Amino acid sequence: MNDQNPILTARQLSKHYSVSRGFMRGHFSVKALNNVSFELARGKTLAVVGESGCGKSTLARQLTLVEEPSAGHLTIDGIDIATAGAAALKTLRPKVQMVFQSPYASLNPRKQIGTMLAEPLLLNTPLDAKEREERVRAIMTTVGLRPEHYHRYPHMFSGGQRQRIAIARAMILNPQIVVADEPTSALDVSIQAQILNLFMDLQQEFNTAYVFVSHNLAVVEHVADDVMVMYFGSTVEYGPKDRIYSRPLHPYTRALMSATPAIRAEDRREKVKLIGELPSPLNPPSGCTFHTRCPFANDHCKQKVPELRSLDGRLIACHRVEEITP
Amino acid sequence: MTTPVQSANTAVAPEMAAASYSYPSPLAEFWASFRANRGASAALVFMAFMVIAALFAPWLAPHDPIEQHRDILLLSPAWTAQGQWSFLLGTDELGRDILSRLMHGARVSMTIGLVSVVLSLLPGIVLGLVSAFYPKAVGTAIMRAMDIMMALPSLLLAVAIVAVLGPGLTNTMIAIAVVSLPSYVRLTRASAMSELGRDYVIAARLAGAGKLRLMFNTVLPNCMAPVIVQATLGFSSAILDAAALGFLGLGAQPPLPEWGTMLASARDYIESAWWVVTMPGITILFNVVALNLMGDGLRDALDPKLKKLA
Amino acid sequence: MSLLEIKNLSVEFGSQDNPFRAVQDVNLSINRGEIVGIVGESGSGKSVTMLALMGLIEAPGRVTADQLVFDGQDLMTMSPAAKRHLVGKDVAMIFQDALTSLNPAYTVGFQLMETLRLHMGLSKSEAQKRALELLELVEIPAAKSRLSAYPHQLSGGMSQRVMIAMAIACNPKLLIADEPTTALDVTVQAQIMDLLVSLQKSQDMALILITHDLAVIAEVAHRVAVMYAGEIVETSPVPEIFYRPHHPYTQALLASIPEHSKGAERLATLPGVVPGQYDRPIGCLLSPRCPYANEKCRNEHPKLTQTHGSFVRCFTPLDEAGRPIV
Repeated sequence: MNDQNPILTARQLSKHYSVSRGFMRGHFSVKALNNVSFELARGKTLAVVGESGCGKSTLARQLTLVEEPSAGHLTIDGIDIATAGAAALKTLRPKVQMVFQSPYASLNPRKQIGTMLAEPLLLNTPLDAKEREERVRAIMTTVGLRPEHYHRYPHMFSGGQRQRIAIARAMILNPQIVVADEPTSALDVSIQAQILNLFMDLQQEFNTAYVFVSHNLAVVEHVADDVMVMYFGSTVEYGPKDRIYSRPLHPYTRALMSATPAIRAEDRREKVKLIGELPSPLNPPSGCTFHTRCPFANDHCKQKVPELRSLDGRLIACHRVEEITP
Repeated sequence: MTTPVQSANTAVAPEMAAASYSYPSPLAEFWASFRANRGASAALVFMAFMVIAALFAPWLAPHDPIEQHRDILLLSPAWTAQGQWSFLLGTDELGRDILSRLMHGARVSMTIGLVSVVLSLLPGIVLGLVSAFYPKAVGTAIMRAMDIMMALPSLLLAVAIVAVLGPGLTNTMIAIAVVSLPSYVRLTRASAMSELGRDYVIAARLAGAGKLRLMFNTVLPNCMAPVIVQATLGFSSAILDAAALGFLGLGAQPPLPEWGTMLASARDYIESAWWVVTMPGITILFNVVALNLMGDGLRDALDPKLKKLA
Repeated sequence: MSLLEIKNLSVEFGSQDNPFRAVQDVNLSINRGEIVGIVGESGSGKSVTMLALMGLIEAPGRVTADQLVFDGQDLMTMSPAAKRHLVGKDVAMIFQDALTSLNPAYTVGFQLMETLRLHMGLSKSEAQKRALELLELVEIPAAKSRLSAYPHQLSGGMSQRVMIAMAIACNPKLLIADEPTTALDVTVQAQIMDLLVSLQKSQDMALILITHDLAVIAEVAHRVAVMYAGEIVETSPVPEIFYRPHHPYTQALLASIPEHSKGAERLATLPGVVPGQYDRPIGCLLSPRCPYANEKCRNEHPKLTQTHGSFVRCFTPLDEAGRPIV
């Protein structure tokens, strides 16, 4: 496999859930993910940014093959998962691992750390018990856990240490892609810095590609190479980090950036105020889904869904971006 | 290893030092919080006595439980005026030693409790896990079947089953097991469903765990606490149900010394010889109370929510 | 005279012979109409301090203080009934999780009116009128119809607005907000912070803002108290504290925020974790983690002392350039 090829490609990925209206009353279809496309190169980081309900967790579940997408194509390491057979899928699975938001819910409370970390090896490699223990001890050192932690249970650890364990579990199979779903949002800032450093170190060492889901724009700015901003299940702006951070164009991106509080007055951006909150997924707005909150929306936005188009070195979905950009 | 990782290690070293206390093992932790509950500890001691009495009844019991001492029918307990010390709790209407019968009866009751709990616990857990993992057709079918079973009064259902299978100890145990099955299924399903939504289950799937491994290795250990408590309480209700069936003449058949049967055969003497009824009655009462206390103690000691607060 | 004066407030949990000091010798004074931020990581005692002030610490917790004066009234000697009347009327509090702070069994209007009738002695019709006013004051759209809504029918942002409406219902002189926006999305967080600050001005309240997010405080607070392991380690005015922190902990906390390491490969970290019940150092509580700690720091406990308009608990407070003054 050529190293130049992207390790992960998503084409028009969609996921619809059907929600029951009640007994014998049929179903709603909720579009949690709508035609999302992106590419991720080996050893790079794509940050997916958005608020709750924007579809970023749904995207994470599609990428980790926990759920099957309703439509679209997902290609991992050159293999299209829609057409891949069971055997090919089995070899793909260990290549994509995940680190979860809450280090309290993501570790099995009844398993010792050593057993927990050895489980992926037991299920995916022909290693014997002794070799497995060696590998587990090695990865524990790499993520900054001590050897005596091997026989401990998760409840004996602090949040930061638990997140290290979760990272060790994700990294032990040498995956090519790690999906991290808000991995530091449950941690204190000083611990967050330790964990982010660990992520960066591991990426350098193992050349792992990250999909980093976060709502914290300061964290994203630190870790990302590319940024994809999502709103209500769709991509609204996607491009290289530097482009987007130096000149956010979509009104939602601008609102997000200006809403993020900054410590230094010189870092604060001109406020773009949003009206109201996220619409209900059971009753999605017509046209551009953002028009209900957008300060620049006009009648055209209410009727026509904007297509993603290339502008200023990025992709953007907005009808009026040229008119409203200062 | 590359240098940045090493520097990360040195940066975290003090954190590790701060957290390197010796932690008690989960078992020790459980034992400590169980012992803190006085009622449960007392109940545990009582049950230990009962188990010893039951296990060693042939050697500990002063008399043969079915030997009839024709000369001393309805002898009152030893501490009363007419009592004899060789028959501590007196004799029944056929001159059999009540203490010996109670000790041998404990073997029967413990067997009934143990066997019927195991007979309902194992299929209950499997059915509960299956219905949690396949919530659509299979799960719904299982749960509706359980609902139907729950709709019938349990004793009535047990009587019906025994009536079909015929009276006797084995059939009693089967009947009790069937009757208590729905509670285990519902309990296992409910706690498995709530565990299934947690991230560690997804993490196990990403690690490559199959359905069977997920069910029994990942999810089941985390649902065991309420099931164990239910099993303890089920043990006591099994003893109670067996006594009720015995009382109705559908359980163990005489001369087998079973507590409920003893109670039933003694009811004619309730006014003339109080001890014949009272002794098995008190034994059943104490056992059931002790088991329920133990169940409460287990619930508190196994409940992770309470533990987190400490 | 200041509105609130706290002198040497301590809170202890655990048994008499094995006590755990969650809060130790906290000194804080709040002026009328002032916004004070209390920052600290989890376990630093910031919430416990405020609960102690509100008289919400239950036995076996023990609260001791040399002085606890609110608006000229001594809270230490006040009868429980008088204190109950004061708390909720003159001092109000809002919490992180608004949804669980509302009773799910009653409508929003009923709960608002209940507060008004209890504390203000309003009649039913007066209470209804005032409830509507309050919902309009916290900028809830379609306020009239929201009065009959149940809490589960509101979004996170809406229920936090309702909580704020309830808190300001009796025109309190002091509003304590404990992580009011932590559970909310950034764009909603910005809306709620705007609302809190504008209400603070229009109602002329003092506002204590407890948060772990330094950036939120940087944008609104007049003064910041930094807490570490149950103690206040620094109290300084904004924005000075963010440019020239005097305490090494404040400095480290600021440095670990990604915003501060723009362009840098790694984030600065403060090694280690907050000391717990069993490993409290004898000397300065930060000494095991502090890069500047010396022999004196490890053996003696520093007092809160004044340096340039700030109060700092350090033997070697940092100078303008961020180096310790020896």
